Amino acid sequence: MTALLDLKLVFVTGKGGVGKTTVASAMALFASLRGKRVLICEVDAKGDVAGFYEAPPTGFKEREVLPDVFAMTMDTEASLREYLKLQLRIPVIGRIGPLAKAFDFVATAAPGVREILTVGKLCYEVRERNYDLVVVDAPASGHIIGQLAAPQAINNLVKVGLIRSQTDWMLDILSDPAATGLVAVCTPEEMPVTETIELAVRVREETTVRLAAVVVNRVLPELFGRQEEEVFDVLGSSEALGRLNELVGGDAGPVLDAARLAVTMRRTRSTHLDRLRLSIDGAIPMLYLPYLFTRSHGLRTTRQVAASLGEELGY
Amino acid sequence: MADAGTGKAPRGAPPAGGGSMDGLLATKEIVVACGPGGVGKTTTAAAAAVMAAIRHGSKVLVLTVDPAKRLANALGLDGIGNTEHRVPDEAFRSAGVKPRGQLWAAMLDTKESWDALIAHHAPDDQTRDEILANPLYQNIAGRFVQSHDYIAMERLYEIHSASDYDLIVVDTPPTRNALDFLDAPQRMADFFSSRLLRWLIVPYRSRLVNVATKPFYQIADRILGTEFLADISEFFILFQSMYAGFVERSDAVGRLLSDRRTTFVVVSTLEAVPLREAEFFAEQLTNRRLHLGAIVLNKVLPDYLRGAAGASVAESMKERAEEFAAQLSPTLTLVDPVLGDIDQIARVLTEVADGYLNFQVVALREMEERSSLSVVPDVLATVPFFETDIFDLAGLIRLGEQIWD
Repeated sequence: MTALLDLKLVFVTGKGGVGKTTVASAMALFASLRGKRVLICEVDAKGDVAGFYEAPPTGFKEREVLPDVFAMTMDTEASLREYLKLQLRIPVIGRIGPLAKAFDFVATAAPGVREILTVGKLCYEVRERNYDLVVVDAPASGHIIGQLAAPQAINNLVKVGLIRSQTDWMLDILSDPAATGLVAVCTPEEMPVTETIELAVRVREETTVRLAAVVVNRVLPELFGRQEEEVFDVLGSSEALGRLNELVGGDAGPVLDAARLAVTMRRTRSTHLDRLRLSIDGAIPMLYLPYLFTRSHGLRTTRQVAASLGEELGY
Repeated sequence: MADAGTGKAPRGAPPAGGGSMDGLLATKEIVVACGPGGVGKTTTAAAAAVMAAIRHGSKVLVLTVDPAKRLANALGLDGIGNTEHRVPDEAFRSAGVKPRGQLWAAMLDTKESWDALIAHHAPDDQTRDEILANPLYQNIAGRFVQSHDYIAMERLYEIHSASDYDLIVVDTPPTRNALDFLDAPQRMADFFSSRLLRWLIVPYRSRLVNVATKPFYQIADRILGTEFLADISEFFILFQSMYAGFVERSDAVGRLLSDRRTTFVVVSTLEAVPLREAEFFAEQLTNRRLHLGAIVLNKVLPDYLRGAAGASVAESMKERAEEFAAQLSPTLTLVDPVLGDIDQIARVLTEVADGYLNFQVVALREMEERSSLSVVPDVLATVPFFETDIFDLAGLIRLGEQIWD
C-alpha cells in the first residue's frame, strides 16, 4: 500500500470539532519538511487554515504560506471560471455577472455541480503535477461522501456534455489507490468514533476512494501503570493525603483530583478507542496524536502536531 | 432584573448572567440549540428539554437531528423516524425523578420530511408521485446538505403549528456554517421565485429565439449537456404547481424564527476555534434581531485547576518528589509492602504534579477565552466536564441541573 505521504491527493475529513483542519495543516507542513511541494486546500471556506499557519487570509489563488506549503480556499464559482477559461475557451467577460448568477442557480438545482467543480479543481492540480501532494481540508464526514461520489453521480445523471466527458479522468485519479486517499480524523469520544466507523463503511460502499488512514487526535497520556495506579489510590486515602499535605505545606487534594480526572477521562476514552480498533479494517493504519496542553493555537501547535504525525508515520 | 424570557430585556447588551435557563424556558415556545460541531449541542438540547418537562409541568418536545445511539435509546428514539414519541414516566422513575410535565422526543428524518412536504403541496396524486420518483428530487432531498437545513426548520414550523406542545426544543443539523439553517427559508423562497427558474421551464424551442436568455442556454448547454438540462426543466415544470405554496411556507418559517416566542441557545466549548464560531453566530443572531436567549459553555474544566495554591503544591511535589516519596513510603508500606517502593512513589508524584500543571494550562486558557467573550447574553451557563459520557436520563438531568439556575 502506498505510504500516506507518497499519495498525490489526500482528503482529510472528520466530525466537526475533532481537529480536522489541525491535522490537514500539520500533514501539509510535515510533507513540506520531507522535501515535498504541497498544496493545502480548504474546502469549507472558514479561513481556519490561514490561522494554523499564522498567515494572512487565503483565497482561490494559491499562496506560499511557508516554504513549499501553498494554501488556497476553494471557491466553486472561481473554479468554474478557471475551468471555462482553460477547457472551453469561453472568453471571460469581466466579472461574468449573469453567468455567476446562472451558475449559482444551476449549482443549487442540479445536484453535484458544486461538488464536481471542487473535486475537479483538486484533480486538475494533481493531473498537471503542479505539486507533489495536494492535501484537502475536506468537508465534515457527513458531507464528504457527496463530494467524493460526485463524479460517479454525474456520470450516472448526465449522459452527454462537457461535464460528462470530464468526469472520466477525475474518476481515474480518485480510484487510483496509489494516488488518492482519505484520512478520517476523530477523537476518542463516542460520537466521533461512531461517525468514523460509519464513514469507513460508506467510503467503501459508495465511493471509489480508499480510506488511507485513521487519525485519532487528542489522545490523553497514560499517567500510570497498574501498580502505580494502586500507589495513587492509596495516596488519596485520608492518612496518606494528610501526610502529603504536611509535606507540601498546602492542600494536595486538587492536585490529586486533577490526576483522577485525567485517569477517568482516559479510561472512558479508551473504551471508544477499543470499539474503533475492532471496527476498522486492520490493514488501515491508525495514527495517534497526543492531547496538547498548550496555551494557544497557531503555528507552534501546527509544528508540534506535524512532529507527532511524523513519528506516527515512522519517520 | 428583567427576566430573560419576557422579551423585555433590551437586545444587544443585556447584563451578564442575570437570567436563568429556568426563566427562559418557562416563557418561550421554541428553543433552537445551535453552535459549532462537536460541542455537545444535541445533549444540551435534550438536557434542557428534560429539565423543562421535570420542573415546569409542561408538555415538551425535543426534536433532535442525529443523536448518539445510546442517547437515542435513552429517549426511546431507536429506529423511530419522524414520529413523535413520549418518553415513558418509567424512564424518569428509574432516574429517580417524577416529572411534573411530559417529555416527547422525535428524530428528524430528512427524506421522510421532504416527502411529506411534497405530499402537502402537490396539487394532485399524480404530480406527487412523479416528483417523488424523479431522480433529481431524490438527489436533492436525500443527499444534499442544504436541504437538511431547510427541512429541519420546516418540520419545526409544522409541529409548532399543530400547537401540541408548550415548548419545543430543536437541535440544529450539523452544517458547514452554523448560519446556513437561518438562511435556508429565505434561500428556498428566493430559489422558487427566481427569474432563472422561470427561464429553465420555458419550452425548449422558445428559448433559442429569446435574445435575453439565449447566452445563458448556450453556456448551460455546453456545460451540462442538453439532456441533463431537459431533465432539470422537466423536474421544475412538475414543481411549478407548488411554487406558491413553497414560497408562502418558507416565508412563514422565516417569520416563526424571528417571532418573540422563539429563542436561540448557542452552545460551545471554551476551545478557541469553536468559541470564535459560536461568537460569530451570536453576533449574527443579534444583527438579525433574533432572540439570543443563552450561551451554554460546555465541557469546562473544573475550578480547582485554576488555583495558584494548587500550582505551587504541584511544583513542590515535582521538585521534591524523591524526598516526599521517602517520607510517604512507610504509610504506603503499611497498606501493601509492594507499594512502598520509593522510586515508584516518586514517579507517581511527578506524574500527578505534571498532570495538574498540564490541565492548569488548558483551564487558564479556557478562562481567558471566557472573559474575552464579546457577546454576553442574559443567560450564560457553564457546564463542567463530565468524566464519563452522558447517555441516559440520569446523565441528562445531571447536565440539565448545571444549566438550570
